[in-house]
Amino acid sequence: MQQNQNADVASCRTWSRSYLGTTPKMPLRAVAAASLFASLLVVGGCGSNSTQSPSGTTASTGVSTASTSETSTSNQPTGDTVKVGILHSLTGTMAISEVSVKDAEMMAINEINAKGGVLGKKIEPVVEDGASDWPTFKTKAEKLLTQDKVAAVFGCWTSVSRKTVLPVFEKHNGLLWYPVQYEGMETSPNIFYTGATTNQQITPAVEWLLKNGKKKFFLLGSDYVFPRTANAEIKAQLKGAGLTPVGEEYTPLGHREYSTLVDKIKAAKPDIIFNSLNGDSNVEFFKQLKAVGLTAKDMPTMSVSIAEPEIQAIGADKLAGHWAVWNYFQTTNTPENKKWVADFKKANPKTPVTDDPMEAGYFGVYLWKAAVEKAKSFDVAKVKAASDGITFNAPGGPVKIDGKTQHVWKTVRIGVVQPDGQFKEVWNSGKPIKPDPYLDAYPWAKGLKDKLQT
Amino acid sequence: MNSGALASNLFNALSLGSILLLIALGLAITFGLMRVINMAHGEFIMAGAYATYVTQNFFQSKFPNFIGWYLIASIPFAFCVAALLGWLLEATVIRRLYGRPLDTLLATWGVSLILQQLARTIFGSLGVNVQSPAWLGGNWKLGESLVVPHERVFIMAVALGCLAGMGIFLYYSQVGRRIQAVMQNRDMASCLGISTRKVDALAFSVGSGLAGIAGCALTMLSSIDSNVGTKYIIDSFMVVVLGGVGSLAGAVAGALGMGVLNTVWEYETTASLGRVLTFVCVILFLQWKPQGLVATRSRALD
Repeated sequence: MQQNQNADVASCRTWSRSYLGTTPKMPLRAVAAASLFASLLVVGGCGSNSTQSPSGTTASTGVSTASTSETSTSNQPTGDTVKVGILHSLTGTMAISEVSVKDAEMMAINEINAKGGVLGKKIEPVVEDGASDWPTFKTKAEKLLTQDKVAAVFGCWTSVSRKTVLPVFEKHNGLLWYPVQYEGMETSPNIFYTGATTNQQITPAVEWLLKNGKKKFFLLGSDYVFPRTANAEIKAQLKGAGLTPVGEEYTPLGHREYSTLVDKIKAAKPDIIFNSLNGDSNVEFFKQLKAVGLTAKDMPTMSVSIAEPEIQAIGADKLAGHWAVWNYFQTTNTPENKKWVADFKKANPKTPVTDDPMEAGYFGVYLWKAAVEKAKSFDVAKVKAASDGITFNAPGGPVKIDGKTQHVWKTVRIGVVQPDGQFKEVWNSGKPIKPDPYLDAYPWAKGLKDKLQT
Repeated sequence: MNSGALASNLFNALSLGSILLLIALGLAITFGLMRVINMAHGEFIMAGAYATYVTQNFFQSKFPNFIGWYLIASIPFAFCVAALLGWLLEATVIRRLYGRPLDTLLATWGVSLILQQLARTIFGSLGVNVQSPAWLGGNWKLGESLVVPHERVFIMAVALGCLAGMGIFLYYSQVGRRIQAVMQNRDMASCLGISTRKVDALAFSVGSGLAGIAGCALTMLSSIDSNVGTKYIIDSFMVVVLGGVGSLAGAVAGALGMGVLNTVWEYETTASLGRVLTFVCVILFLQWKPQGLVATRSRALD
């Protein structure tokens, strides 16, 4: 690849030199070739945001130092500060979502520092930019664990980035606190999952829809690991209820032309669209639904990736009446949340919106602090051992670490979008739900684990 | 495919074609005529879109009674903002790199990254939403399966308007003829007393300005963030190359071709596969006819 490119450059150099100083003429083939090269560059650049196959060979520089730092006590802080890593995409496609999670995590760190820190040490955050690029996430994770020797990392958003850094954390025995709802079927000994797993978001939402008489499901998602796994789980659940979806469609991440897809949906005549589109495709999809005159009344949707910031970007008028399922809304009525929202608005007047992954990022820092204090050590093994049963009154309600799966007990909430861009809760689970990442407790999910685990 | 679906598909293809035409028209000039590979073209689209957003906010705060008209006002404004950016880029970077396509490509790619970061710094990383005026919010129901949203019709009208405007400008105005003369035979044109420098700057600004109008129209379909340009740059190059560089007719043919291919493949298969098949078709076609759908024969192009 490298060599080909060099050859290309070389041949073009000679070619352009011969034309230099005269008219900028170009043989048509060269025009076509150059533009194809240009588009490849862009495809390459964007593609790495959306596909899930980083070769794994690209970003393993600087590992040579790793062997010396593998002992798990190496991240014991010596001074009067303790370093933690913050690893989110601060640039690129995912920045739109991840920057605010970083803000929430920083806010938790600042609050803790203002009250004296953890075990008498101030937290010193090391912020790294994953740049919406999975190999970069891997490199930065290596750097945080081997050079900065951080006690814990708070970070990642997409399942792809998590799956990319997972081997790094397992190799160096690091600790990642992952704040976003995801597709389940994973329990890494080096990751704490503070977002919802399937049975705390998708499964109860499908149950609720079935109970409300929805029978004809149309599954729509972005074309990558989270929606495909989630929809496989939904199909199993529907099969358990004797149903099959009337349609299932995936669009590439960043897809923007939804007129054909809306036609297909109209032809399938579903009574609910289960939407796991991710990122800005949601904007075009809902704008198109509205443009052809389909309101939430004619064609309701249940979304798993649309939170308050996305509503702002799409326009509340297009989403009013549609449903979403999360563990936290900005309007969630707890005293902790009122204070949190007010504090966050004060600290971030330019982006005064809170949402579920931000909340999970925020309380993740507090759960880590509590586990460290219970263990009286920053050592990863000791923190993990101490973590079981730790509780915290998060803005979205009480949460509790389940030591066995390293997931968190959370309350499930379904909300309907209001014209002002906020959610009104229409249902909640009443109490925190036990995490069940492999759906072991559900008879319809039998055998799914082996099928979906890679 | 029954007749209802056929009609709906046809409309979708035309609608997609008009969007593609709009984003590719500017490139048909800067790339098609001038042969400048401008990777920052997408960011000019972004600039036009943000200009529309700014106009909307301006109307909201200053002339709330005329809010319905902001879109009309934003079209010339978006054109001017993008044209100014284009003029700056030409004067500072591209002018020094004529005849060096790969250097231009890398330099303009760098500029596109700078512009994206600039937009993030000014407008934030969160997407901003432009509210279509109320008179574009509705749709016409022309049958069971054919619903025609006003927004799409408006975009078609803007695309046609730009096409007509460019056609008249390039083929009938004195300035346009000069542009053509320079692009066809630079040495001869400068011998005849045309300032090629001025013509280059003007042509590039006009091409960039058209990208601004495209950005303005796109605000009706999606939200605007700093990445909006990267989403459209591939398609716009594809349209110009498929259509055949060097003519407006080529851009029209390329846009409609891509629109039909995309729509039909997506309807028959899936969105991901449809896109792959579209690109395969385009690549195969270009293997067979590298000069594209509308071949311009002239001495300068041989």
